[in-house]
Amino acid sequence: MREREMQSRGTDMPTQERKLLLKKMEISVAEAEKRTGKNAVNMQETYTVYLIETRPVDAASEGTNPVPDSLWRRYSEFELLRNYLLVTYPFLVVPPLPEKRAEFVWHKLSADNMDPDFVERRRVGLENFLLRVASHPDLSSDKIFYSFLTEENGWKETVFETGFQAKADSRLKALNATFRVKNPDKRFAEMKHYGDELQSVISQLLRVRARAADRLYGVYKVHGNYGRVFSEWSAIEKEMGDGLQSAGHHMDAYAASVDDILEEEEHYADQLKEYLFYADALRAVCRKHELTQYELEMAAQDLTSKKQQREELATGTIRTFSLKGVTSKLFGQETPEQREAKLKMLETQIEEGEELVKERNAECEEFVKSAWVDIERFKEQKDHDLREALISYAIMQISMCKKGIQVWNNAKECFSKM
Amino acid sequence: TEGERGECNLLAPLRTLTTSVCLPIDCPPSGERNEAIAASVDGRHPLSSLYCRKRRTSETEQAGLILPNGTPVDTSSLASSSSLLNRLQLDDDLDGETRDLFVTVEDPKKHVSTMETYITYRVCTKTTRTEFDLPEYSVRRRYQDFDWLRNKLEESQPTHLIPPLPEKFVMKGVVDRFSEEFVETRRKALDKFLKRVADHPVLSFNEHFNAFLSAKDLNKRQGLALLTKMGESVKYVTGGYKLRARPAEFAAMGDYLDLFTQKMGTIDRIAQRIIKEQSEFLMELREYGPVYSSWSSFEEDLHDPLEGVSGCMSNCSSALEELTEDMSEDFLPVLREYVLYIESMKNVLKKRDQVQAEYETKLEAVVFREDKKPPVPSDVEKCQDRVECFNADLKADWDRWENNKRQDFRQLLTGMADKNIQHYEKCLAAWESLVPLLQDKQEAEGETS
Repeated sequence: MREREMQSRGTDMPTQERKLLLKKMEISVAEAEKRTGKNAVNMQETYTVYLIETRPVDAASEGTNPVPDSLWRRYSEFELLRNYLLVTYPFLVVPPLPEKRAEFVWHKLSADNMDPDFVERRRVGLENFLLRVASHPDLSSDKIFYSFLTEENGWKETVFETGFQAKADSRLKALNATFRVKNPDKRFAEMKHYGDELQSVISQLLRVRARAADRLYGVYKVHGNYGRVFSEWSAIEKEMGDGLQSAGHHMDAYAASVDDILEEEEHYADQLKEYLFYADALRAVCRKHELTQYELEMAAQDLTSKKQQREELATGTIRTFSLKGVTSKLFGQETPEQREAKLKMLETQIEEGEELVKERNAECEEFVKSAWVDIERFKEQKDHDLREALISYAIMQISMCKKGIQVWNNAKECFSKM
Repeated sequence: TEGERGECNLLAPLRTLTTSVCLPIDCPPSGERNEAIAASVDGRHPLSSLYCRKRRTSETEQAGLILPNGTPVDTSSLASSSSLLNRLQLDDDLDGETRDLFVTVEDPKKHVSTMETYITYRVCTKTTRTEFDLPEYSVRRRYQDFDWLRNKLEESQPTHLIPPLPEKFVMKGVVDRFSEEFVETRRKALDKFLKRVADHPVLSFNEHFNAFLSAKDLNKRQGLALLTKMGESVKYVTGGYKLRARPAEFAAMGDYLDLFTQKMGTIDRIAQRIIKEQSEFLMELREYGPVYSSWSSFEEDLHDPLEGVSGCMSNCSSALEELTEDMSEDFLPVLREYVLYIESMKNVLKKRDQVQAEYETKLEAVVFREDKKPPVPSDVEKCQDRVECFNADLKADWDRWENNKRQDFRQLLTGMADKNIQHYEKCLAAWESLVPLLQDKQEAEGETS
């Protein structure tokens, strides 16, 4: 979505959304440059940096054109920002970054990260990412995000100071472990399934599109050979010569036109890719919800078992099979004092457990509430954006057909004069 | 020089109506021949000074068409110049009012017998020519018959360029010989063939052609009896005579044909390559559409737009399929026919060379004979006649061929352009009808939100 679009959507939004950063500040990723430097292991490396420009909205509208504030960031810093947001707002569908490596390429495009076309498309993608975050009702007010845009030095340290890394690590560990939730939330399960399907279908689409682009390129380019042979042929003809020669020029023009066509299509592919990665973000939210629910279930389970233990201890009956029960049977029961101490400990634990369950429950509820709001927002955004993308794809196809008709009509005129 | 001229007195006054008439071989010797409208035979031959210089009149130059009358078998005396001129004028005007022979090929029908299945075409003729018994004919002919006719024409009119037929063999399994499209394409080509023969001032009077148009049952074994004298004479020209120098214009023809064949080959390869690339693109397109369809199956609001896109792609696929089929069926065969045609043209050029070579060799033998025996065999005269006739016929037919070639290729290439335009128009219509559908929904959404 372009800045203007986002802003225009903003005028219909409720007051709270007018606090969106994007309403106050113009953001763009204006340039890309190559740099060389020493990396963490003291080796020379070449990397690309991107210029982020910001300017208060009011300034521009006043007619004066102040120089924007700017700073340079590299891709890895964007990644850091996003990881921070992921951990800090696990219930939000966090906008994705443009792809790290070029995928779904067709032969003409290079898969090289240093390729200028790739860098340019990445620049656009990074700008899009910033605009998305800046127009998100929750993310746009994040302070780390704000300082990412405004504080060149020391930003990294500020991020690490939040301690999000530790949270990230533990979360990551938990997410990677396999766990089963006893009562999965139907809505989230459906959403996750949707995310899976969306990811699968867009991948397929991008793969076929890349192959089709390859073939289309071939079709157009071979017509250039007509240009050459008509030219050669016209040299041995008397009356037919002129017509052939000029028709040949049109064939050359036809062959050349495919470059623009496919460049435009690349933009469409990028729009699809954004939602391919968004699908992933959606699945991540669902997975994190599962984790939250799992942790709640674990806490609840733990509490139940502790309560049961207390009951058994209090009444002296051993209902559940436990090692304690067996050993006590074998080695004799405890003394009343021991029992008393144990009971007291259990009581504390149960109190703590109840607190934990309450906490976790609240967390879960909060998560579900916030997540679901954002998922609804995301759904609307997705429907809108993809519909727009399809419209512009159709318009692209129309333009391609019209150009084709024109070229062949021109050629036809030349042929008819033969 | 005059001295030389004196020696070859047989040659000096030789003038023939080479551009307009091809005289029969047993024509009376030079003394009785008339001042003629003729073209020079050769400028660079070492013995050319011994040839009679023949002028081209402006008349024939402007007309561009030089019209030999080539049926010496039943030809009455051509001695009188006025009758010759009459014939000239008659044959000059081909378009419109003076055309007296109309031929069409129509109504293809399938015939199934125990031995084979084949297609016949109705050949309709309307004519006022006295060479035909009736003013109208309607006969059924199959491809074999056309092929027979063409071979007969080649045999009996070896100095002429015979129009091409569509290709004889088609790859079974690749092309359906009985499909409507194939049969129609063939019918058009056969129709063009007959029309070109009917419009030819010499070929149209050929008896084989007459038989083809009129005979109830085509007796194809009639061959030899109808061979023209010219045909016979050229047929028995043996090779082995060395040609000293090909006249510039015929050398140019040969060179042109070689280059032209090359270009045709290149264009054929390009066209095939395009068809291949388009077919492969088509394969991808056929996969592309259904993916949108399967996406739509798990979307709500996006269901209709995605289905719409899928439908569009499917329409574009059909349009592309039609384009590739058309190019395969209509474009490539015509190119190939021309290449085959050129082979037969080159053969005619070779024969011409042989005829000239024979003449030169015999002429040399006579010229450099030590003894000055006066009577000269009419053999050399006959050779010269042959050369001059051949050259005239060939030149006239060459011009005719150039014209037809221009028409054919203009038609072929504009056809190619048309097919591509139609393809894009179909795709355009599909996408254009989709956009308002997509945008309507959008407006509806905007209203409700």
